Amino acid sequence: MKKILEVQKIRGGYETPYGFVRAVDGCSLVAYEGEILGIAGESGCGKSTFAHLIIGYVKPPLKVLEGTSIIDNTDIYKLSWTERRTKVWGRLVSVIPQYSMNSLNPTKRIKDLVLDVIREKYRTPPPKDKIIEMARVRFEELGLSDKVLDMYPIELSGGMKQRAVIAISTLLNPKLLIADEPTSALDVSTQKRLLQLLYNLVRRKNIVRTLIMISHDIATLRQICDRMCIMYAGKIVELASTEDIINYPLHPYTKGLINSVVSIEPSLRKKVLKGIPGAPPNLINPPPGCRFHPRCPNALPICYKKEPPLVEINERRYVACWLYAET
Amino acid sequence: MHDALLHVENLTKIFRTGFLGRGRTIIAVDHVTFDLKEGEILALIGESGSGKTTTARMILKLLRPTSGKIFFMGKDIWEIPNKEYWKNVQAVFQDPYASFNPFYKVNRIMRNVLKLLPNNVRNDAVKRIHQVLEQVGLNPEEVLDKRPFELSGGQLQRVLLARCLLVDPRIIIADEPTSMIDASMRVGILNLLKDLSKKEGKSIIFITHDISQAFYVSDRILVMYKGRIVESGPPEKVLFSPEHPYTKRLISDVPKLHERFEL
Repeated sequence: MKKILEVQKIRGGYETPYGFVRAVDGCSLVAYEGEILGIAGESGCGKSTFAHLIIGYVKPPLKVLEGTSIIDNTDIYKLSWTERRTKVWGRLVSVIPQYSMNSLNPTKRIKDLVLDVIREKYRTPPPKDKIIEMARVRFEELGLSDKVLDMYPIELSGGMKQRAVIAISTLLNPKLLIADEPTSALDVSTQKRLLQLLYNLVRRKNIVRTLIMISHDIATLRQICDRMCIMYAGKIVELASTEDIINYPLHPYTKGLINSVVSIEPSLRKKVLKGIPGAPPNLINPPPGCRFHPRCPNALPICYKKEPPLVEINERRYVACWLYAET
Repeated sequence: MHDALLHVENLTKIFRTGFLGRGRTIIAVDHVTFDLKEGEILALIGESGSGKTTTARMILKLLRPTSGKIFFMGKDIWEIPNKEYWKNVQAVFQDPYASFNPFYKVNRIMRNVLKLLPNNVRNDAVKRIHQVLEQVGLNPEEVLDKRPFELSGGQLQRVLLARCLLVDPRIIIADEPTSMIDASMRVGILNLLKDLSKKEGKSIIFITHDISQAFYVSDRILVMYKGRIVESGPPEKVLFSPEHPYTKRLISDVPKLHERFEL
């Protein structure tokens, strides 16, 4: 299978007066063509920072310390900022940031936004009519009426805004789309339609080749993802197929997460869900050894001292935990 | 009917927008009637804009209803003095970070509440504060000296619950208390609410858009849609034999852990 994304040991974080926040600490990830990959974790675990580092959108206070990110054979960190803006973002990779649907300029029509976005990507942009026509076709493809182009953001519902944002960010057919919490502010019915749309982008319409969806909600990710990657305190702790993660989680943190999902099933009311005691660590000064050890029910002596490596347990199944690694 | 702890009768709230009749009216809550019994967790579910929070605000006396009445222990709540009413009815809100003065330490946040209470209780203040913090699963030594931003969302929500418990209310209104908290800590809050009702006999109105959480904690579910209650009953009945098309859609659209949507 062709690799669309290959991230190698990337490290980055935020410079603050209190010290350096190690938000992403040595994460490697490969995403293949035709795949939907989920990144799950709690707030502050570095999911969104990871997305920024993947696409090379590194602006102070965010800093990248080391590592590479290769998207469709292009090494992002070898390119200048201008090159990234014109050649990479929007064309090779698009990100839908969290809450992006709430950041639409309320005084501009949707089509003005389309023009803005597309003109940014060309030295000599195509004529206005052509851009609008392109957007019209794409909007219809994604089940949005072309009237939406002439509307203002306040005239659209949350779901329609999110659809419009997706349509605009995929106008230039990027190879990779990264959606950061795309469904977090939507009610369940709108959320379901949006998941359907994201699924179709990859599977039915082939507009994007690979989709990475970031969310804190495992039950939502499981609906469309083929593989899932679990992050904790800036580290990838487990990476496996969705079925394995849900049914046979290995890492104690993954087990804890799965056990805290409140999902309507007849047995739920009889169960007492446990959750995970404690809180995630401060990333300025993370605990030594395994970062999960203060909250881990199965911590071994070695977990306090040495950091567990991410090892391959079975084919394409990785976990970073001393319970499964050779010391 | 009036022997219920809280009785809500034909509650209606109409918001008017615009100027001198040129605007439009929004019926936020439309003839809502229900009872809250002692020690019961009642879940109020519905999508955003269905009138859940408006109902809560009216019960909290933060908003005057357009029509309809609310009775607390058989008395119209607007005839009960605020101070006395709020000693019995307390609330936990959605955003724990917005619920506290960021300059105050937890200790001061808790002590401020004591002003509501009679003097004899105030003398036991320290003991009482420790007691309620322990009750919500916090270590008093650890949190009393911290400011809100030093605590996690889950801890803050617990502090908020502890603050409620300090006045020993009979009713707690929890308006989306878990929607800004991470999954791993959400369950802890839900279990705490369950304990408060089962062990302490508190009555809780649990407001949420998440039908799974309502199913997990509540003894009874009310489904609100466009300001009306469209379905009510015990959780098993509402979830496994829903009658109203809205409830049916809500249940089928909720992402489940062990099932995949047909996409």
